Amino acid sequence: MTLALAVDISLTLLVLAVAGWIIAVRDTFAAVIGFVAYGLLLALIWVRLAAPDVALTEAAIGGGLTGALLIGAAGRLRKTEAATRAEYPGVLIRTLAAILAVTVAAALAVGVLALPDPAPTLAPAAVASLATTGVGNPVTAVLLAFRSMDTLLEAIVVLLALLGVWSLAPDRAWGGYPGPRHHADPDGILAYLARFLPPIGIIVGLYIFWIGADLPGGKFQGATILAAMWLLVIEAGLADTPPISRTWLRVLLVIGPLVFIAIGFAGSITAGAVLAYPEGYAKPLIVAIEIALMPTLVLTLALLVAGTPQRMPPQ
Amino acid sequence: MSLVLNIFTIIAVLAGTFFFLAGTVGLLRFPDTLTRLHALTKADNLGLGLVVMGLLPQAEWPFDVIKLIAIWLFTLLAGATVGQLMAQAARRGQPTP
Amino acid sequence: MRWVKRMTIPDFLLAAAVFVLVMVALGLVRILRGPTDADRMMATQLFGTGGIAALLLLGVAMEVKAVLDVALTLALLAAFASVAFVQGASRSDGDDPKETNSQ
Repeated sequence: MTLALAVDISLTLLVLAVAGWIIAVRDTFAAVIGFVAYGLLLALIWVRLAAPDVALTEAAIGGGLTGALLIGAAGRLRKTEAATRAEYPGVLIRTLAAILAVTVAAALAVGVLALPDPAPTLAPAAVASLATTGVGNPVTAVLLAFRSMDTLLEAIVVLLALLGVWSLAPDRAWGGYPGPRHHADPDGILAYLARFLPPIGIIVGLYIFWIGADLPGGKFQGATILAAMWLLVIEAGLADTPPISRTWLRVLLVIGPLVFIAIGFAGSITAGAVLAYPEGYAKPLIVAIEIALMPTLVLTLALLVAGTPQRMPPQ
Repeated sequence: MSLVLNIFTIIAVLAGTFFFLAGTVGLLRFPDTLTRLHALTKADNLGLGLVVMGLLPQAEWPFDVIKLIAIWLFTLLAGATVGQLMAQAARRGQPTP
Repeated sequence: MRWVKRMTIPDFLLAAAVFVLVMVALGLVRILRGPTDADRMMATQLFGTGGIAALLLLGVAMEVKAVLDVALTLALLAAFASVAFVQGASRSDGDDPKETNSQ
C-alpha cells in the first residue's frame, strides 16, 4: 500500500525537519514551540506504529506539561539570554560537540539496525500470562506486575526531581509558596476558562486513569491532565500553590511510593517474592497501587511545573 | 445509505482541510497580527469542526461520537480563550528582539 | 469518477491527515518571522489544532479507537499549554502579568 508509505515518509521528514529546527534556531522561545510541535508529531508517529499507549503518554507529557515547564524556563532565561550569547562557545568546542552528538546517534542507529529480524521480544510471554494479573491491557500488566520494579523507581524518581527543584529555593523562602502569585482579571476570559474547563477535565482525567486497566490510559496520563487543570486554576489567579511545608502535602507526596513499597514487601510474605502479588489478588492490589500513586503523581507533576518556593506566607 | 454517508464524510473533511489551508495561508500572508489572528481562529473552529463533522458518520455511537464532539468543543473553548489572550498580548505588542 | 471507486474512505482520510499536517507545519515558518510573540503563539495554536485533526483522521482511518482518547487528552492539554504560553511570554516583559480590564 503506497499511500501508507507516503504517509510514513511525510511524517518522518516532518519530524526530522522540526528536530533540525529545534537545534538550529537561536531563540529559546522558538525552540520551545518547536519542541511542543515535535512532541505532537511523535504522538502521531506512535499512532502509526500502533502504539497508542505511548502516543497517549507523549501527548500528555511531551506536549502539555513539558511545554509549560520549558516556556516557564524560557521566560526566566530571557533577561540573561543576551548575556549568554556573548560567551558563545568557540568553533573547536562546537565541532567537538557535533562529533560527539553524531557518534552517539550513529551508535544508536547501528544498535537498532543490528537487531536480529524478527527482533527478540517478550510480548507473547507477557500476553500469555496476562490472565494471571486480571488486567486487560498488556501494557498496564507489564508496568504494574511483570516489571513493577521499574514503575516503583519511576514514581520515586519524579519525587526526587521535585526535591531537586525545591532545593534551589533561597533560604528565606524555604517552606513557602512555589512559583509567582498569578493575577488575572476575575471577570476576564482566563478566569472563565479556569472555572469552566477543570470540572470537565477532572472527569476526563479520571476516565483516562480508570480505563488504563483495560485500554490505553493509566495513572501517569490521567495525573498529567489533573495536574494541568490545577495549574490552569493557579495561572488564572483563582487559587494559590500550597506552601511546601504543609503536612497534608508531604503525606500525599510520599503516600504513593509508600503504599507501593508496603504491598511489594507484603508480597515477600504472602507470595514468596518482593513485588509479587498473591494469587487471585493481583488486580485489586494493582488498582490499590494505582489509586495511591494518583495523588502523588498529580502533586509532583504540578509542583514540578510550578517551580521553586519563592514567597513566604504574609505574617 | 453508507454511500451517502461516505460522500458526506468526503465533502466535510475536504471543506475542513480547505480551512486549514486557508488558515496557514492567512497566517503566512496577512499583513498584521490581528488579521492573522482572524485567519487562525477560522482554521481552529471551522477546520477542526468540519473534520470532526465529517468523521462523525464513521464513528461508533454513542461514546466515540460524544468524544469527537467533546474534542471539538474543548478546542473551541481553548481557541476562543487563547484568541482573546493573544489579541491582548498583540495590543501590548512589542516586537521581540 | 473512477478514482472515487478506487480510493477507499481510509485512504482518503490518510491523505487528508497528511495534507493538514503539512499545511500547519508550513505555518510554523511564522515562528521565525514573528514579529511579535502573539504571532509565534498563533503558529503553535494552529499546529496544535491541526495535529488534533490529523490524529483524528489517522485514528479513524486506521481504526485505532484509543486515538480518540489521545486526541481528548491533547485537546485538554493544548488549552492549558496555550494559556501557559501566553502567560509565560507576558511574564518575560518584566512586570506582573496583570490582565487589564479594557472592555
